[in-house]
Amino acid sequence: MSDKKYFDEMLNADGSVRDPYRILGEWLESQPRQTLKQLSRDAETIFRRLGITFAVYGSTEATERLIPFDVIPRVISAAEWRRLEKGIEQRVKALNMFLYDLYHNQEIVRAGRIPEKLIVQNEAFCPQMMGLNPPRGIYSHIIGVDIVRVGPDDFYVLEDNLRTPSGVSYMLEDREAMMHLVPDLFHKLKVAPVETYPENLRRTLESVAPESCTGSPNLVVLTPGIYNSAYFEHSFLADQMGATLCEGHDLFVEGGKVFMRTTLGPERVDVIYRRIDDDYLDPLTFRPDSMLGVPGLFDAYRAGNVTLINAPGTGIADDKAVYTYVPQIIEFYLGEKPILKNVPTYNCSNEDERAYVLEHLEELVVKEVHGSGGYGMLVGPASTKKMRAEFAEKIKARPDNYIVQPTLALSTCPTFTGKGIAARHVDLRPFVLVGDKIRITPGGLTRVALKEGSLVVNSSQGGGTKDTWVLED
Amino acid sequence: MLGRTAASLFWMSRYVERAENIARLLEVGYRMSLTERSEEGTSEYLASMMLAAEVDEDFAKKHEVTDVASVAHFMLFDTDNPNSVKSCLEKARTNAKAVRTAITSDMWESLNSTWLHFSQIQPRQVLGNKLPGFLQWVKQSSHEFRGALLGSILRDDGFAFAQTGGFIERADNTARILDVKYYVLLPRTSMVGGDVDIQQWTMILRAASAHRAYRHVYHDRYKAWNIADFLIFRKEMPRSLAFCVTSVTAMLGMLEQVYGEPSSCHDDAIRMAQHLTTGSMDKVFSEGLHEYLTGFIASNNALTTSISESYNFY
Repeated sequence: MSDKKYFDEMLNADGSVRDPYRILGEWLESQPRQTLKQLSRDAETIFRRLGITFAVYGSTEATERLIPFDVIPRVISAAEWRRLEKGIEQRVKALNMFLYDLYHNQEIVRAGRIPEKLIVQNEAFCPQMMGLNPPRGIYSHIIGVDIVRVGPDDFYVLEDNLRTPSGVSYMLEDREAMMHLVPDLFHKLKVAPVETYPENLRRTLESVAPESCTGSPNLVVLTPGIYNSAYFEHSFLADQMGATLCEGHDLFVEGGKVFMRTTLGPERVDVIYRRIDDDYLDPLTFRPDSMLGVPGLFDAYRAGNVTLINAPGTGIADDKAVYTYVPQIIEFYLGEKPILKNVPTYNCSNEDERAYVLEHLEELVVKEVHGSGGYGMLVGPASTKKMRAEFAEKIKARPDNYIVQPTLALSTCPTFTGKGIAARHVDLRPFVLVGDKIRITPGGLTRVALKEGSLVVNSSQGGGTKDTWVLED
Repeated sequence: MLGRTAASLFWMSRYVERAENIARLLEVGYRMSLTERSEEGTSEYLASMMLAAEVDEDFAKKHEVTDVASVAHFMLFDTDNPNSVKSCLEKARTNAKAVRTAITSDMWESLNSTWLHFSQIQPRQVLGNKLPGFLQWVKQSSHEFRGALLGSILRDDGFAFAQTGGFIERADNTARILDVKYYVLLPRTSMVGGDVDIQQWTMILRAASAHRAYRHVYHDRYKAWNIADFLIFRKEMPRSLAFCVTSVTAMLGMLEQVYGEPSSCHDDAIRMAQHLTTGSMDKVFSEGLHEYLTGFIASNNALTTSISESYNFY
């Protein structure tokens, strides 16, 4: 089951069980083979009934699908988690300071620590945000950091996801399902709770309400609507924290203030957790053809009459090209060494690096700078000669459109497959809330590549999820 | 609450109720058609049923023969028919999905599992002998949803909007079920009050699940006069027009209380309810049953408009 090339989170190279997995390992041993099969079926029924589905773009026959769920949880020890937590906190603190700086004096550019053209010529940079002061100086309040593990103490950050990360509802529902399926295991292991997330989300949103708002702020979740792939999550979060779920046409701006259309007429809105992209927020400021947004919303925001979560323009800090500078960003603002590592990234605009990349495509991962969801990506070791040739052409044509990284040896976790338990590659997305304080939910979304040997964990590419158990001391 | 949310709750309930009543209508049409001896399998009864449901024109565009198989397919599975059970369930679910935060998970799960089950069914599996059982299942699914609603939702404005929609739809549908009788022609040899006539009336009662309740109330043979009275005026009959309108009035009254503001739609509903309280079968039959029912359906529609305006539906 264990593969020497990769770090397995349960089994040591000699086949012995790593300490955090001891109890789970014993439990798995003691289960008849039929049990896991039955649990998987039960889990599917639970998810389907709850309607936890996602829409698949470009799929005509079924607009709603379930993300496969693996019933074997992933375990992280308390000590491992503490280290991750520290590293994440450091990162989100520095990145928020970076955003404040970019939209004010741009000291980091003046200090020559990051090239000016990388910022001002970047599509993700939002000039309309210049000089604006969001409450508490926070830009990115809700963050999902993508982390991969390659060894016992080796964690890399793949992406920071500072715009509108999704997946938190899966973390919560996966836990809910596990508590239904294997209550006895929760009895044996002290698993840190994730159920506090909605309450903490509410506290975070309340803590950044506009200063002019007295009393309990009126919170809404702004969704593109029921056909959006993450609609389930939008409604789930609104429900869990007691906010109103709105679409753009439910809101309007008058006198620089935002209102929603209720059965009793207009009602003032204070905080908007928006799940629509910057470009679509306000047709008067951004894309004029947007039907999803609210005309005048940005002016109301500038006037300090409403808080947008996350702020527009946060994308500049999780841009794939800016990503390479995060270690410098941490050092510049906090004067600290980064706790979590960045994946080394080749710059294809540099001739030497490009030459290296083109010669070694077989070992590398190529990603589109603005791509997401595992689309438009080349995983070298799993690619065909033809695919590599295609990507070589693409890189030569538009070198600045791609970033290239070494293929990381993602850790594996025991996973239930058609042929029994087998090791499959995983990543981790912990969820972070930044408001009056930084709150990191112990756990997160573990995505697992269900195909044997596959390193792509995206749900759109055959990935599934697992519950993530952070143990308490 | 958003005006859009209120509208979705209202229409969610309406579509669930409509799906149930389409099943009821089809049940009547189907049963009546079993007694027909017509050539080429066409059914007058089924044709009347579609007239009452106002889907006869859409049906004629797609089918030449009005036989059980094509009518059942059209009323159950055809999404070109905006009032087919499938169309109704789909719209109910879409509305429910749009207000996931305003309904309970019990309600959502009930509706969602009905939809999932329905969408997996192949029409050929249920047309034919299995049809009555399948129609029964559609009704039961609606009962389940209503049970989930009554047993789990907060008694606030959301409840009132959902209930209002359900009762308005049911009133409309009962009026239409009753109206089927208008469109059904009696064979020339048969007289009003004859066996065939009474048999047809009995089917109408069955469609409202009221054939046994009738006996409890009237202690009498099935008579046209009583049956119409039962389905129009009797407040103890939960599918009667009087019951539905009284319930709508109560829900709109509840909304006034919750919001602490009067609404003009409540006044409109009160007027409709009064009209039913003071009405009588004498008047109905002198005006003509069909004319009376047509008038009722129109004022019921006007009430929907009035509610939409009072509470900013959009």
